[in-house]
Amino acid sequence: MTTITADHHHDHAHDHDHHDADHKPAFFQRWFMSTNHKDIGTLYLIFAIIAGIIGGGISGLMRAELAHPGIQYLHTWAMMMDGPEATLDQAYHLWNVLITAHGLIMVFFMVMPAMIGGFGNWFVPIMIGAPDMAFPRMNNVSFWLLIPAFALLLGSTFVPGGTGNGAGTGWTVYAPLSTSGSAGPAVDMAILSLHIAGASSILGAINFITTILNMRAPGMTLHKMPLFVWSVLVTAFLLLLALPVLAAAITMLLTDRNFGTTFYDAAGGGDPELYQHLFWFFGHPEVYIMILPGFGIVSQIISTFSRKPVFGYLGMAYAMVAIGVVGFVVWAHHMFTTGMSVNVKMYFTAATMVIAVPTGIKIFSWIATIWGGSISFKTPMVWALGFIFLFTVGGVTGVVLANGGVDDVLHDTYYVVAHFHYVLSLGAVFGLFAGFYYWFPKMSGKMYNEFLGQLHFWVFFIGVNLLFFPMHFLGLSGMPRRYPDYPAAFEKWNELASHGYEIMAAGMGIFFINLIWSLAAGKKAEANPWGEGATTLEWTLSSPPPFHQFETLPVIDDTAHH
Amino acid sequence: MNKVKSLVLAGLLALAPSLAMGGHALAQDNAVAAAPATENAAAPAESAANATAPAAEAAPVATVAAPPRMKPTEGIGMPKPGEYTLQEQFTSTGHTARWLHDVMLIPLIFAISIFVLILMLYAMWKFRRSANPIPSKTAHNTMIEVIWTVLPVVILLVVAVPSIGLLADQYKPAPKDAVVVKVTGYQWYWGYEYPDNGIPEFVSNMLPEDKAKANGEPYLLAPDNRLVLPAGRPIKLIITGADVIHAFAVPSLWVKMDAVPGRLNEKSFTIDEPGVYYGQCSELCGARHGFMPIAIEALPPAQFDQWVLSQGGKPAGTAPAATATAPQAAEKTADAAPAADAKI
Repeated sequence: MTTITADHHHDHAHDHDHHDADHKPAFFQRWFMSTNHKDIGTLYLIFAIIAGIIGGGISGLMRAELAHPGIQYLHTWAMMMDGPEATLDQAYHLWNVLITAHGLIMVFFMVMPAMIGGFGNWFVPIMIGAPDMAFPRMNNVSFWLLIPAFALLLGSTFVPGGTGNGAGTGWTVYAPLSTSGSAGPAVDMAILSLHIAGASSILGAINFITTILNMRAPGMTLHKMPLFVWSVLVTAFLLLLALPVLAAAITMLLTDRNFGTTFYDAAGGGDPELYQHLFWFFGHPEVYIMILPGFGIVSQIISTFSRKPVFGYLGMAYAMVAIGVVGFVVWAHHMFTTGMSVNVKMYFTAATMVIAVPTGIKIFSWIATIWGGSISFKTPMVWALGFIFLFTVGGVTGVVLANGGVDDVLHDTYYVVAHFHYVLSLGAVFGLFAGFYYWFPKMSGKMYNEFLGQLHFWVFFIGVNLLFFPMHFLGLSGMPRRYPDYPAAFEKWNELASHGYEIMAAGMGIFFINLIWSLAAGKKAEANPWGEGATTLEWTLSSPPPFHQFETLPVIDDTAHH
Repeated sequence: MNKVKSLVLAGLLALAPSLAMGGHALAQDNAVAAAPATENAAAPAESAANATAPAAEAAPVATVAAPPRMKPTEGIGMPKPGEYTLQEQFTSTGHTARWLHDVMLIPLIFAISIFVLILMLYAMWKFRRSANPIPSKTAHNTMIEVIWTVLPVVILLVVAVPSIGLLADQYKPAPKDAVVVKVTGYQWYWGYEYPDNGIPEFVSNMLPEDKAKANGEPYLLAPDNRLVLPAGRPIKLIITGADVIHAFAVPSLWVKMDAVPGRLNEKSFTIDEPGVYYGQCSELCGARHGFMPIAIEALPPAQFDQWVLSQGGKPAGTAPAATATAPQAAEKTADAAPAADAKI
């Protein structure tokens, strides 16, 4: 496609140890007042890993409770949280707090910070040949806003939220359960947490859009940008357009809760459905916000390890744009059972199915990229290949759910849980691990352990499939979501899913061992450990890159273009 | 216009907390509404066990005995252990929808997934680095890109036709003579009222584990009072929520409809054959969301009429004399009119 040459710092960065480009500020200044996109990216990744441990730990509690019918541990946990006199109702409320916290943490504090904040910050400027983000100070603000947001969310679990402590509204925070149904400050704290996290993301989105549109190196036209940059650009637009709607929706929740307004209260002329429309107008683009950067990461990796340019580059880029655009006009498929009129339901059924077309283009283009390639199965590649297949499985169950008539029985069952975990826990998270292994040598300057990386993949792959595939059966059979207890008939698949969680958790153990081992004793990484397939600009820099890169802008050579 | 007014109001209220009476009054209303919930929750076993002569005093017309509580059939109208398919269906929508799912969607999604998997495995094997050290340079093929864009469109159109048909089917309005039941979701139980038959609202609470087992019914699916309906006659449910959003769901009848405060949602269907069909609340509604089950007892039409009479109501076709006042006269209490008695 394009041959890229960077004329400065080209794999000689180790000669420049004392050069200005590598002059690092002192510890506090560097990590707490950072304006450096790579350091901020690292902070985001560390934050996402911590949040992921908490959010993943919560899902472990849930799978332990759900392994068998009956209330096993929930009451004990409620006594630990709410005091020894905790009632059974408080225990049930704690369940709702757990599902709420798991959802919010994984969406807002794990996937988004890792994908956009972490990898986006690290590699978007480098891939377009820019020295840093357009607004470095704002970048710092974006990250540090996440800390109070996360603290508010975690803190909300210790204050009253209705029946017990904590916000038990689900991550969707539907009114009126979240207004008249949840007395106490917990839900207010959770709402404020979302406000702040949203502000953080909006600032980040503005930063990415400005950076990508204004700071590309000479010769780096939009149609030559790596697909990861394309994916972040589309994601940033989705964030910018969707998050203000969420902010408006939850602001009205706050005023309904505290100032006597009735936006969502039919008794005062409002409508609870209004909240759902506003929430999902944000919420559906949000799911693409979580998966699009994964698409970008997977495209880079598939191309690198097949030693082939991405097949149908323009189709791939505009398929993401199409997914982003169509993603804004399908929101009410989350509301098929709210009692909408038949015409509205038909429209949202048809519109939702349309998304399968650009998604199909992406899947087939990835396969066409490896077709005829010279494939090496390094750890990032196996994660990316795993992503393609599992995302396909999650995608086809999405086509089933898109049928409004079929959704009437599957809505709010475990089928939906299985579907969105296949696209997120097995899609977005596989994308994250693929990206992490792919760029770990670049970010840390150390090679990860290949054997542990492969082992991590296989254990995790088996674990998550055992965890989430049986949930399709539970959903078809009618098991509703967000239940702490279930009829005995559902035991078999629940028990299997809980065992799947154990295997998945073992896989995560391997990941952390690999991470610590590689940071401490990993082999030193070359500038480009992946060979000739890796053609993007980050591989022209040393590993890790100099503190400031591209002080002289690289020129993208167009002569090799065909 | 209204929006502007409410925004102005919101601003005023924000500035003057003492004016925020609306919010406070509302909270109290909810507290009042929640009070009977706890009482009812405490007493479901009583109402089920003692209700051998239901509503005799409340409704003087009732001289007919209610039909005996129907025994559920194992695996019908409830999940089967280890089941990996949809539940067996007992409405025409259910049959159509299950056909769409089992005959069209399942083969389609399996075919796509397996096709993708085979393509990937073949490519991974054929083009591994040891077998194919020199990669091809192909990065475009307009023809194949057009094919994999158009082909999914065609497949989706093929799916869309029956899918849209199913939707139209689900929205067929009920005929005038349909049995009408108003279903109300409360935290955390269901209320059922038969306005056209003059049967005031009675509530349905979950049976505790020992009672359910003693009854031979699945725990967490079995309530004390069932929603009694006729099999073979059209039914119209009018569904609403009293406090927060609930969802009335019975998987084996292909019914799921949110119970939204301030809205009356409608769901029409005809149950094929007599039986007990279980369901569970399907929209997060607070602490005991998982503990407000639904059971529909579909009786043969003659027995349904007998049941209506036993509740002091008027079966369809007879003149509803005193029904206009009946619903108001009877308070929404747990012991007002249990639907069917727990004969063990």
